[in-house]
Amino acid sequence: MATNAAAAVSRGAVLGRAGGGLARGIAVGYLSLIVLVPLAALVWSSRSQGLHTFWQEVTKPEASSALKLTVVVSLLVAAFNALTGTAIAWVLVRDSFPGKGIVNAVIDLPFALPTVVAGLVLLELYGPSSPFGVDVAFQRTGLVLALLFVTLPFVVRSVQPVLLELDREMEEAAESLGAGRLAVFRRIVFPNLLPAILSGVALAFARAVGEFGSVVLISGNIPFKTEVSSVYIAGQIESGNPAGAAAVSVLLLLISLAVLLAIGAFRHWRTRHDR
Amino acid sequence: MGITVVEVTKQFGDFVALDDVSVAIPEGSLTALLGPSGSGKSTLLRVIAGLEKPDGGQVLLGDDDVTHQPARARGVGMVFQHYAAFKHMTVWENVAFGLKVRKRPKSEIETRVHELLELVQLEGLAKRYPAQLSGGQRQRMALARALAVDPEVLLLDEPFGALDARVRKELRAWLRRLHEEVHVTTIIVTHDQEEAMEVAGQIVVINQGRVEQVGTPRELYESPANEFVMSFVGPVNKLGDTFVRPRDISLSLEPEGDATEAMVERIVHLGFEVRAELVRDDGQHLLAQLTQEEAQALELERGVIVYAKPSRQTVFTR
Amino acid sequence: MTAKYALRFGALGYLALLLLLPVGLVFYRTFEHGFHPAWAAVTNPEAQHALWLTLIIAAIAVPANTLFGVVLAIALVRHRFPGRGLVNAIVDLPLALSPVVVGLSLYLLYGTGGWLGGLAGHGIKILFALPGMTLATIFVSLPFVVREVVPVLREIGTDQEQAAETLGAAPFTTFWRITLPAIRWAVGYGVVLTTARAIGEFGAVSIVSGRIEGKTETLPLYVQSQFEGFNTTGAFAACVVLALIALATVLVMRIFRPKEEAA
Repeated sequence: MATNAAAAVSRGAVLGRAGGGLARGIAVGYLSLIVLVPLAALVWSSRSQGLHTFWQEVTKPEASSALKLTVVVSLLVAAFNALTGTAIAWVLVRDSFPGKGIVNAVIDLPFALPTVVAGLVLLELYGPSSPFGVDVAFQRTGLVLALLFVTLPFVVRSVQPVLLELDREMEEAAESLGAGRLAVFRRIVFPNLLPAILSGVALAFARAVGEFGSVVLISGNIPFKTEVSSVYIAGQIESGNPAGAAAVSVLLLLISLAVLLAIGAFRHWRTRHDR
Repeated sequence: MGITVVEVTKQFGDFVALDDVSVAIPEGSLTALLGPSGSGKSTLLRVIAGLEKPDGGQVLLGDDDVTHQPARARGVGMVFQHYAAFKHMTVWENVAFGLKVRKRPKSEIETRVHELLELVQLEGLAKRYPAQLSGGQRQRMALARALAVDPEVLLLDEPFGALDARVRKELRAWLRRLHEEVHVTTIIVTHDQEEAMEVAGQIVVINQGRVEQVGTPRELYESPANEFVMSFVGPVNKLGDTFVRPRDISLSLEPEGDATEAMVERIVHLGFEVRAELVRDDGQHLLAQLTQEEAQALELERGVIVYAKPSRQTVFTR
Repeated sequence: MTAKYALRFGALGYLALLLLLPVGLVFYRTFEHGFHPAWAAVTNPEAQHALWLTLIIAAIAVPANTLFGVVLAIALVRHRFPGRGLVNAIVDLPLALSPVVVGLSLYLLYGTGGWLGGLAGHGIKILFALPGMTLATIFVSLPFVVREVVPVLREIGTDQEQAAETLGAAPFTTFWRITLPAIRWAVGYGVVLTTARAIGEFGAVSIVSGRIEGKTETLPLYVQSQFEGFNTTGAFAACVVLALIALATVLVMRIFRPKEEAA
């Protein structure tokens, strides 16, 4: 009896491993077909006309201007989010007021709302038909506004769980040692929140760099002024220059990767005390 | 600096944590606040620390009424059960924290931190992070950190609760020695009566937000104020209205006067003492403690019928 | 104390100006001229087709990504295989990519001259048709189920699964009765995120679909075309539909993940 059961288990284990291997293979195949192969085609196409053409395409004035604008604005927006995101997370965790649950739910809205709808709603409130008389459409401010909208949840949701788990006794200990409220935040709370803030900033940056739907309506896509790379790339496709579009895409990807790696390395260095 | 607590009350919603508590802690003493979970002892400590504001009453440090002062202004050093180590700072930075916040000059900080690390025997570990230390080491660091700012008062909230038994014993002895060296007024909160008896010079027994008794370990053991204190501080038999310590039950094989008849259920050998678990006809259990010789003389073993009589007993007048 | 109120009103004010007022305004503008024009704007055949198309794509993309997401998550956590780290990184890629770049890569792959461009010659139309749009949507919404399930799988460990195995359960039984129930909240949350992303996708689908009105326009694309055609009521009405779906999504997200609030 016992040996039969043992044999069944080991048979099952072998089958399981074989079946698991098959499922794994299919899943990896799925991943390749959906993600890897198209991206490979992209990279290939960007080099298909030689490195010289690649370089030409990415140094075109309009392209490099768009690239510069995209990276700078995304960094600014991500950094601004570090501030506002942390403040909002703080209020949601440490403060209490009626309707807090609703506010907490609403944070996810930019994530659930289609980007084109986000662009349109911002355009309505802060564009030509604004009831406030404010008009930031077709300007960089409009661009920044759209990016702030879509990147809102990242730092907040990254910081919230960490703030919740934070050991209050650490803050009390610091207080008993003579630290005022600001010192407690600066020396105790903030350093422990920093890794989460950086994660959120990285996510926000990655999102901002590639944002299209919300930006395409409100920024006016004016070359050299408010045209971001994603819009430029779309334009290149439309004008029948897919290779050029591919070149700029690849460069944009590389720059994003570099920034994300830098943030990741900084975060890794800051959390060395946990290892 | 001595501490005086005057008629302090504190409520959390409907729950009364402290009910008109008054206590005087002498300067330079090592006092234990002893009581079961939920008795209010931690709350009292936190009120003294300034981490909780009392609903009524006063807290005096020396002659100063600090009732409305926040923790950072009181000059108390506090040690928490779960260490509250600043996990993003090294041991050195942890201990230096209070001094840095007070903006002391760098050289002063250097000397003081080294001094303290030596005191708590953590010199070699200054550059480590709390995550790399054992529980006992973390708690010693926490003590050094609290002492760094020369507090008038040292408050310890169940400091050894998170440590295993052997380390706990070591640190208890170590704390006693430290107190003898440093002589700061110290209050330690604990639910462990053995710990309180071993470590403290004075014990305040607290139950359900009220002070039951204040005294030395010996006073508490020999002259308990009521049933609660007596049974909290050690095992006790209740015979009708009287309370008898296991050591004060004398057993014999012959019935004597109004001695109670009981059967031996179990014999436990505790080194050179023997604990006899007895059961009466009416089902009540008694605990007697005898020396090895006494037990042998009676040839005590399971099933033997004995007659128990208190050689000393305590009655509490209400 | 005033710092507390300043922070609270600052944070809430920021949220109101950035989030609540704009969304509220669009609801207002849509129904400004009454319910009927708005209703007519979303019940015309074009709008209906757009909604239908959006839902069909989501109905394909979400189950596909859920199924493969769970399988992939188990493979990543429970099995060691060469290239595991790489697979992990690839799964996260769609989050870092601009939707336009996603659309472009599909355009390059399936278009004339691309590696799979020959498919069109055999009558299998990928670009400017449903298959391409679905592939684009699957691409951008791929990571969510995997990313939600992986940490949960790691946390619960293999103890329960091993116990089931010693009790004689076949691998599939173990999966069905032990593993799946343990991860169902994570899967649910992942499904909600995937659905939101699939319905709201704009950039990638825009490039891959050619935006042929009445044929390859999803609802988000419809919003843009209406807006650019100065049919603002139509655009807003479609926005409201999408916003309502988004609000429902947000509510369901709260059900699956209430733990971001302090006790």
